[in-house]
Amino acid sequence: MSIAVESVKEIAAVPSFTVTLFVRRFDPEKDEEPKWQDFDVTVFGTDRVLDALHKIKWELDGSLTFRRSCAHGVCGSDAMRINGRNRLACKTLIKDLDITQPIYVEPIKGLKVEKDLVVDMNPFYQAYRDVKPFLIASDKPTAERIQSPEDRARFEDTTKCILCAACTTSCPVFWTDNQYFGPAAIVNAHRFIFDSRDEAAEVRLDILNDKEGVWRCRTTFNCTEACPRGIEVTKAIAEVKQAVLRGRR
Amino acid sequence: MAIVIEQPDAPRSRKGAQWEKRAWIFMRISGVILIFLIIGHLLVNLVLPERGVKAIDFAFVAGKWASPFWQVYDGLILWLALIHGTNGMRTLVNDYSEREWLRKALNVTLWVTAAALLLLGTLVITTFDPCIDPNVHNYLPDLVCKG
Repeated sequence: MSIAVESVKEIAAVPSFTVTLFVRRFDPEKDEEPKWQDFDVTVFGTDRVLDALHKIKWELDGSLTFRRSCAHGVCGSDAMRINGRNRLACKTLIKDLDITQPIYVEPIKGLKVEKDLVVDMNPFYQAYRDVKPFLIASDKPTAERIQSPEDRARFEDTTKCILCAACTTSCPVFWTDNQYFGPAAIVNAHRFIFDSRDEAAEVRLDILNDKEGVWRCRTTFNCTEACPRGIEVTKAIAEVKQAVLRGRR
Repeated sequence: MAIVIEQPDAPRSRKGAQWEKRAWIFMRISGVILIFLIIGHLLVNLVLPERGVKAIDFAFVAGKWASPFWQVYDGLILWLALIHGTNGMRTLVNDYSEREWLRKALNVTLWVTAAALLLLGTLVITTFDPCIDPNVHNYLPDLVCKG
């Protein structure tokens, strides 16, 4: 009887448990090499990895450095490598990970680590800039540019990108070759190449038909698996490849 | 002196950009052709002969290369497979070698090796002479090799 009463009480409470987080730390002013540091944190079943990081920063070690803005999977600031996979810390529930093992949190790979989980995003943004991620149209914007639902659906998937860099930094080609545009830049080129209102598809295809362009893609699908928005990244890259072969969208 | 303003949309100087595209297309086309060529190769060499792999000896090869069909067939496999493989290795080198000099050295080695093998292989297929074997009379009728 007493067990039954207790279990009824526990239903109301969110279960809490202790997990160990191994965080890849690097302080450029002190460390030569990054090192792992472990923290034991009590978390709830509703907590995400970001909440655990907050707990560490606010209660255990204020020097822990990481990026986050909205904390709800929209801004794309807190992409990191969690248990070897690129995810958004704010969209990864701790209970969904294997909590019998420590959770490993590292900065995303292939970009220079500035401190702890913060990396230099400039090469990533430069590749994004290079594909001209804006509407290029010759007509004067005097009226709304009408687009049919079918034409809009053509690039619907790639409009979802939040530039978190999870895809680009999951790409083994990008890890060793920082010149490669990377999945995110190609996704954002795709968004305009296949937009019926845009007139510069050829220019973008020309940019991506490069030694460091779409042909470096090895179709490993790491990017598609990494995308927290569920964009079919590898498919988008394949569509751009086809468009390059045709010479038009 | 007139100031020349760079056209932002002008095509950039792109040494070897088309080359990368052609390499990509070649890999797909040669890959598909090789599937059929190699299945045929394995069937004819290993499955169809009564004694299977034991049937392959100097005489077997001599018999095949007496026909222009098999010369072209094997020549195609040689060229497609070797270039396909070397280009595959090139992409691996480009993916994983971080130092520029190492990348260059490996790639030059790759293509020199491939060129040597292509030359040797083509020579063997086109100039093959069964009579160089001193024991040729053991398995070929004497009239094939005169003198």
